[in-house]
Amino acid sequence: MTLLIPQRTKGADGELVVVPARHPWRWAGAALVLVLLAQFVHGLATNPGWDWPTFFGYFLEESIVEALLLTVELTLAGAVLGFLGGIPLAAMRLSPNPVLSAVSWTFIWVFRSVPLLVQLLFWANLGYLYETLQVGVPFGPGWSFPTVNLISSFGAALLGLALHEAAYAGEVIRAGLLSVDQGQHEAAAALGIPKWRQFYRIVLPQAMRAILPNAANLLISLLKSTSMVYILAIGELFYQVQVIYGRNGRVVPLLMVATVWYVILTALLSILQYYTERHFARGALRTLPPTPFQRLRAALRR
Amino acid sequence: MIELTGVHKSFGAVEVLRGIDLTARAGTVTVILGPSGSGKSTLLRCINHLEKVDRGTVRVDGELIGYRQAGDRLHELSERQILRQRAGIGFVFQNFNLFPHLTALQNVAEAQISALGRYKGVANEKAHELLGLVGLGDRAGAYPRQLSGGQQQRVAIARALALDPKLILFDEPTSALDPELVGEVLDVLHELARAGATMIVVTHEIGFAREAADTVVFMDSGRIVEQGPPHEVLDNPRHERTRAFLSKVLV
Repeated sequence: MTLLIPQRTKGADGELVVVPARHPWRWAGAALVLVLLAQFVHGLATNPGWDWPTFFGYFLEESIVEALLLTVELTLAGAVLGFLGGIPLAAMRLSPNPVLSAVSWTFIWVFRSVPLLVQLLFWANLGYLYETLQVGVPFGPGWSFPTVNLISSFGAALLGLALHEAAYAGEVIRAGLLSVDQGQHEAAAALGIPKWRQFYRIVLPQAMRAILPNAANLLISLLKSTSMVYILAIGELFYQVQVIYGRNGRVVPLLMVATVWYVILTALLSILQYYTERHFARGALRTLPPTPFQRLRAALRR
Repeated sequence: MIELTGVHKSFGAVEVLRGIDLTARAGTVTVILGPSGSGKSTLLRCINHLEKVDRGTVRVDGELIGYRQAGDRLHELSERQILRQRAGIGFVFQNFNLFPHLTALQNVAEAQISALGRYKGVANEKAHELLGLVGLGDRAGAYPRQLSGGQQQRVAIARALALDPKLILFDEPTSALDPELVGEVLDVLHELARAGATMIVVTHEIGFAREAADTVVFMDSGRIVEQGPPHEVLDNPRHERTRAFLSKVLV
């Protein structure tokens, strides 16, 4: 909302004075929302049920920080592996080769269909289905390993998250690639730019504009999906707060510990998203709008 | 020299080119005229293999484009070989198709580096020189969206020239421009023609055809109706179809 202060220019030379329209309902609406907000904050501060001393006691507690790091680790590893998997999936779906396209479609269909929680349990129980895993020449000699040794519960969790993420990332990347104008492909081809270079120098940077907002959504969603791996007894944030409130019974303040950390991490990712999107907006706008910091500095200077 | 023999091209059931024979000597300007839908653009896109021909051959300086002949068979070249051939043929699009995320300078330097393997310093120097040639020496750092349509098209021409092409193809280079911006692009085309570049230009600018063309080609329904020097085709057309078209355009 902008506050419009009518300029008191005197109509000295007989000029007419412009009075901007007033918006009384904007003020009424703002006042109402502020009252409701104040009530909510008051409740947060005074309701003993929130138990803030316990919250602050655990917020930076060692086991929580360790769990937080594991959550960050799972998110980053899942995102990197997911997007690395998403690139070939997108390329295969866009390929004129019907086999590649069908395989990619099927992969995406399966991994978008199976709920993440169910998938995680499947991977954790892989040893039950296949006792050994074999590497070698197809139908020829090979080496086998017991599945349980290869796939730890952390491995199962990461595998589940990465495959889930890859299916979605594949679609996000494909959407981005499709958004690039056909004329760009033609111009690059007409100039004789090598195929791989066409992709990463011409098409991908333009596709990134469409990919990034969706990719950020996906990354934030993955951050929260890591809470599901608690089912495999991995000590990430959500598992750890459950362990603690299982011991001391203070459910709400400990859930708040996890909540606030998720909020902080999401805020950091959102800031990262803002600046990455800005980087890839080069050339898309005549001039980039100022960042919030630049706007603040400009306002202070005035 | 450019040599097209018996070029046929269909899109589905629609036959767009029905046997085109065309020869253009090095250093000459060929202007292709014709109503929309007559196959002019498709013909141009067949010359650098952006479209595959169904039948017939395209040769540039004796080199078969897009195919390799073995006995009486034509084998399609690999993507890499086709890209190498295209680097020797400039193409200027109606909608410019500049790369919007790269500056004018980067647009002109990119293919020099990646298609010809020039060093970045050499490519940038050449890009500066060409931007100066098209009158945009001071806009090297601008992104395409910060330029007017006429300026964008001039950058696109510099981009095509940067690869030292044997031949430059222009696909209606002024059709997407405001009338007042057409002149600045045509000036560059005139300049190139005087400098002896081999050009094939699809356009509706009859004035340009009259002044700059060595050969004017009139196409209709996928065929060449007539061709010859501008004073013959434009002033004394032999075919009724050409006369009807010109009477509409020359109002």
